[in-house]
Amino acid sequence: MAMKKALVVAVMLIGSAVIAAAPAQASGSQEPKTKDLILSTTTSTVDSGLLDVLIPIFEKKTGYRVKTISVGTGQALAMGAKGEADVLLTHAPAAEKKLVDSGAVINYQLVMHNDFVITGPVDDPAGIKGKSSAEAFKAIAAKGSVFVSRGDDSGTHKKELSIWKNAEIRPAGAKWYQESGQGMGATLLMASEKQGYTLTDRATYLAQKANISQEILSEGDKGLLNIYHVMEVNAERFPKVNAAGSKAFVEFMVAPQTQKIIGDFGKDKFGQSLFFPDAGKQM
Amino acid sequence: MNVLTEGLAEALRLLVTLDRDVINITLRTIQVSGTATLVSVLIGIPIGTVLALSRFFGRGFTVSMVNFGMGLPPVVVGLATWLCLTRYGPLGFFGILYSPTAMIIAQTIIATPIVAGFSLAAIQSVNPKLRLQILALGATRLQYLFLLLWEARLGILAAVIAGFGGVISEVGASMMVGGNVRGYTRVLTTATVLEVSKGKFELATALSIILLLLTFCIVAGLSYLQQRRKQP
Repeated sequence: MAMKKALVVAVMLIGSAVIAAAPAQASGSQEPKTKDLILSTTTSTVDSGLLDVLIPIFEKKTGYRVKTISVGTGQALAMGAKGEADVLLTHAPAAEKKLVDSGAVINYQLVMHNDFVITGPVDDPAGIKGKSSAEAFKAIAAKGSVFVSRGDDSGTHKKELSIWKNAEIRPAGAKWYQESGQGMGATLLMASEKQGYTLTDRATYLAQKANISQEILSEGDKGLLNIYHVMEVNAERFPKVNAAGSKAFVEFMVAPQTQKIIGDFGKDKFGQSLFFPDAGKQM
Repeated sequence: MNVLTEGLAEALRLLVTLDRDVINITLRTIQVSGTATLVSVLIGIPIGTVLALSRFFGRGFTVSMVNFGMGLPPVVVGLATWLCLTRYGPLGFFGILYSPTAMIIAQTIIATPIVAGFSLAAIQSVNPKLRLQILALGATRLQYLFLLLWEARLGILAAVIAGFGGVISEVGASMMVGGNVRGYTRVLTTATVLEVSKGKFELATALSIILLLLTFCIVAGLSYLQQRRKQP
């Protein structure tokens, strides 16, 4: 009986030691809390490699440590709306507008754009080449060709849904309409494997191009602009937000030097810009 | 299978040239999963021992809970941990989300039931007559426990190996609570996922090969400990 008690005590001691050790380690291994800056952003800025270039420059300049959380724009905006991130870099203006109007984010600034393109198999079974986005979607639906959708509430997914709406088609549930639920890179791979069509941002397409047999079939439509904004999460509403850090990041993104780096990014590798700087312009 | 051979070559190149990013990621993987395994051993083995040696009300239920926990989906653990650690969540005041500590916590939750469950089975399978004999020889309680654990050491090392294997191969929870932050919470599994979505299959393959090598070396070391001077 006494042995059992000793055992129980031993377990409790070890357990409480571990519990006590966990936060101690946290405060020991971490830098001051205000140094950390949580940037919630879309997968395309990370998958294209742009942030790997920009973040180290920002960190060096300001001394903040940026924790880049790459998720779909839907989740990035949701994190902003709950005050779980400090600064957002996303590409869904309609959804962003709601956050600005609700007061959850402030200092909403235009950063850059590129464009969405509709890609598909080289032989183009639905014959969409050169068509406008809505016409292209209509042709895909009419032919019943496979279309791979992100299906993850990302900025690209939101854009795709708005094109279906323009085309007055409700694809959900159709056999040829498949939702990957994954990032852009993975979705392009799926579309390529299934010889299907998909909507992608140009940057991710160029980054993945070598691995897939997909061609750009429809582009240049005015509705296909892909616009990125940066914004601070409102520290007055969410006191835990790193207000100084998020302000510094927004300023960094729209600064002329950064804008030049954005415009030059990708030229050496792809022979063309992946993003076009827009700070200060009216969209 | 071009990608595989090129991945192998890339893995060799990264290892030979001691690529800083890769070394960094590998060390962090060892640090996070190693700490999580250590903590889960400290918690799991005592739990397994108590459950094996004592009879109390609700023991059957506790044992089933431990066995149930052995199959906890990492992604569910990740989500629960994430929800607890978010700024405005119940444990948000620690401010440790998206840090290695958060990953260690999630991985410990995954590994502890595995270690506890295997230890329980190992200790229970020690011949009950041996227990009586140890006591009859006049061992103190501590000696008794020590001898019992020593007799069960093969199974207990298996518990450690299983716990470690469970966390080092895990990606869902690490991605969610670690955030895959470059140079901070990026480990071999989350880096592999990222490189695939970037379309860099050779690098992803190389990282996978390094992960396999690392796991093999550590498990081989533990197996050596387990098998040396093995008595029939």
